[in-house]
Amino acid sequence: MTTTPIHISFTQWLTALGVVWLAATTVNASAAPSFKDDMAQRTLACTACHGPQGRAAPDGYYPRLAGKPAGYLYNQLVNFREGKRHYALMTQLIAPLTDSYLMEMAQHFASLEVPYPSPLATGASAVVLARGKQLVLSGEPSRGIPACVQCHGSTMTGVAPNVPGLLGLPRDYLNAQLGAWKAGKRRAHAPDCMKAVVALLTDDDINAASSYLVAQVLPASTKPAAIAPPLAAGQAAVSCGSAAKP
Amino acid sequence: MSKLFKLLAALCGLLTVTAVAIWWLNTRGDALINSPLATTSTAQRGAYLAQVGNCAGCHTARGGQPYAGGLAIQTPFGSVYASNLTPDAANGIGSWSRAEFWRAMHHGRSKDGRLLYPAFPYTSYTLVTRDDSDALFAYLKSLPAANQANQADAVRFPFNSQAALAVWRALYFKPGNYQADTRQSIDWNRGAYLTEGLGHCSACHAARNALGATDGLNLAGGLIPVQNWYAPSLVTTQEAGLQDWRIDDIKTLFKTGIAPQASVNGPMAEVVLGSTQHWSDADLNAMAVYLKALPAAAATPLPTTPGQTSERGSKLYEQHCAQCHGENGQGMPNAYPALAGNRAVATPQTANLVQVVLNGGYAPATHGNPRPFGMPPFVLVLTDADVAEVLTHIRSSWGNQAPGVSAFDVNRIRANGAR
Repeated sequence: MTTTPIHISFTQWLTALGVVWLAATTVNASAAPSFKDDMAQRTLACTACHGPQGRAAPDGYYPRLAGKPAGYLYNQLVNFREGKRHYALMTQLIAPLTDSYLMEMAQHFASLEVPYPSPLATGASAVVLARGKQLVLSGEPSRGIPACVQCHGSTMTGVAPNVPGLLGLPRDYLNAQLGAWKAGKRRAHAPDCMKAVVALLTDDDINAASSYLVAQVLPASTKPAAIAPPLAAGQAAVSCGSAAKP
Repeated sequence: MSKLFKLLAALCGLLTVTAVAIWWLNTRGDALINSPLATTSTAQRGAYLAQVGNCAGCHTARGGQPYAGGLAIQTPFGSVYASNLTPDAANGIGSWSRAEFWRAMHHGRSKDGRLLYPAFPYTSYTLVTRDDSDALFAYLKSLPAANQANQADAVRFPFNSQAALAVWRALYFKPGNYQADTRQSIDWNRGAYLTEGLGHCSACHAARNALGATDGLNLAGGLIPVQNWYAPSLVTTQEAGLQDWRIDDIKTLFKTGIAPQASVNGPMAEVVLGSTQHWSDADLNAMAVYLKALPAAAATPLPTTPGQTSERGSKLYEQHCAQCHGENGQGMPNAYPALAGNRAVATPQTANLVQVVLNGGYAPATHGNPRPFGMPPFVLVLTDADVAEVLTHIRSSWGNQAPGVSAFDVNRIRANGAR
């Protein structure tokens, strides 16, 4: 038995490689979609609007879900279902779901570690940004306004399990939420600390704070802090109904 | 002159006779009857019956205290607000007697004699036995009282008048008792009692006429007013008729919200979540026996021209639907329904298809199916024309031969959606 060596030119070799590659991609494209019986599959209805893995679209209104504290996400889901937050599409979607399943969804998104988008360019003036920085980092004790960082963590990435981070969110979304609290359209568990805080803010305050927040680069660790930072001198503690549960 | 007088007198006479007839039709047999309290009419049994009737489904506001009322029941005549059923003396049924509660269930009259809107489905509840009514009353009296005032109904004139209600009742309501059909089995009779009575299935699954009345014995399907979901017919296998299903599959659908052939969605998901998943095995079996035995109506011939699929519809399907429902509409068992050969896809009424594509939805999270899969909403992604094209594609592919869906059909639902 003899073997005949096969001589192929470099071009032929390249062509063959190309054909193999094409065939591989074709097979890949026409293969049945992979179905994995997991939470990512079960939350495809969420990621349709909130972006793949719940990372949100930078231009969108729909907030990021990935990496937010599980307790916070759970509270929001329950609040939508029970009419404390208002968005009919959300309410209708999760209406037939139980507490335990909503918690599982919340934990799924909380566990996702996906990169944040770069901060958006803000058209706000230096004066507005400086005012925002002051409100976010120091508050305004003379008017009873606490600093955002007092509850939302010194790096503004939230505090586990129930306080959300404030970075990486669209400015429209931030403004809409603060506005909704002001109008009584968004509520949290009593005592509703955000309601009390927002009542002290003017529209200019809200605009300044949100303009500053969207311009911030995320810290190296985007995980929520384990505990709230110690109270700064001159700051009064804020009593929040949603901070302890579940 | 005397001719005119005679005419007027005749007219007055006619009016009087009509008024008396309406009065008689409204009050026949509604005396407050004090019957002895049966030992089986316990609060515990009432708790179960309240789930069978899904009382909390209407009598609880979103996020509110159970049975404290406040939910708006929207009708074409205006909104009726479900009342407070807790034993609060001022706002609830704390001062009601067992007989007064029975009269409300059986005759549709409030404690003070006021005629109730049939949004409270006493047209069905009139079949509920006195013992079951007493058990429900005992349960409601055992609840924590909610000091929550009832909200005034917002029904338009003239429908908001007692006279209008009296006329409506004279035309469409007759108090009754469930009459067992001795030719049928005990299970069938129990199923009929639950389906036609406390289960009030006809509140949705029967068409309503211009005055909002249903033919309660005919579960031939109807569009739920205002909500714009179609409650499919239970008497044709073209729609949701269960005549050719196995009893076990019927029970599974009502117990878990999902069966090999179908899953529930929209308003029926609420019914399974709040009511049927809690039914006893015996009652589920009885209802299944009854629904399976409903005489099937002759199939309505489908229009002869099936819709024409377009390249755009096919593209949209691949882009948005195929990932879950499969390239050939084959679906994924226990997760995503097959679209090929699915009767819910080919139904003549397209409201539910449009609702599901626009607003998405999850099957109910029941004890038997606690982690359901969901459909994303496409209301922000697809235009009316897109939804029409993709639905037309689905309804005319893989052996499906249903007529197309128009952008107008989609817009009607989108325009009425609350957001």
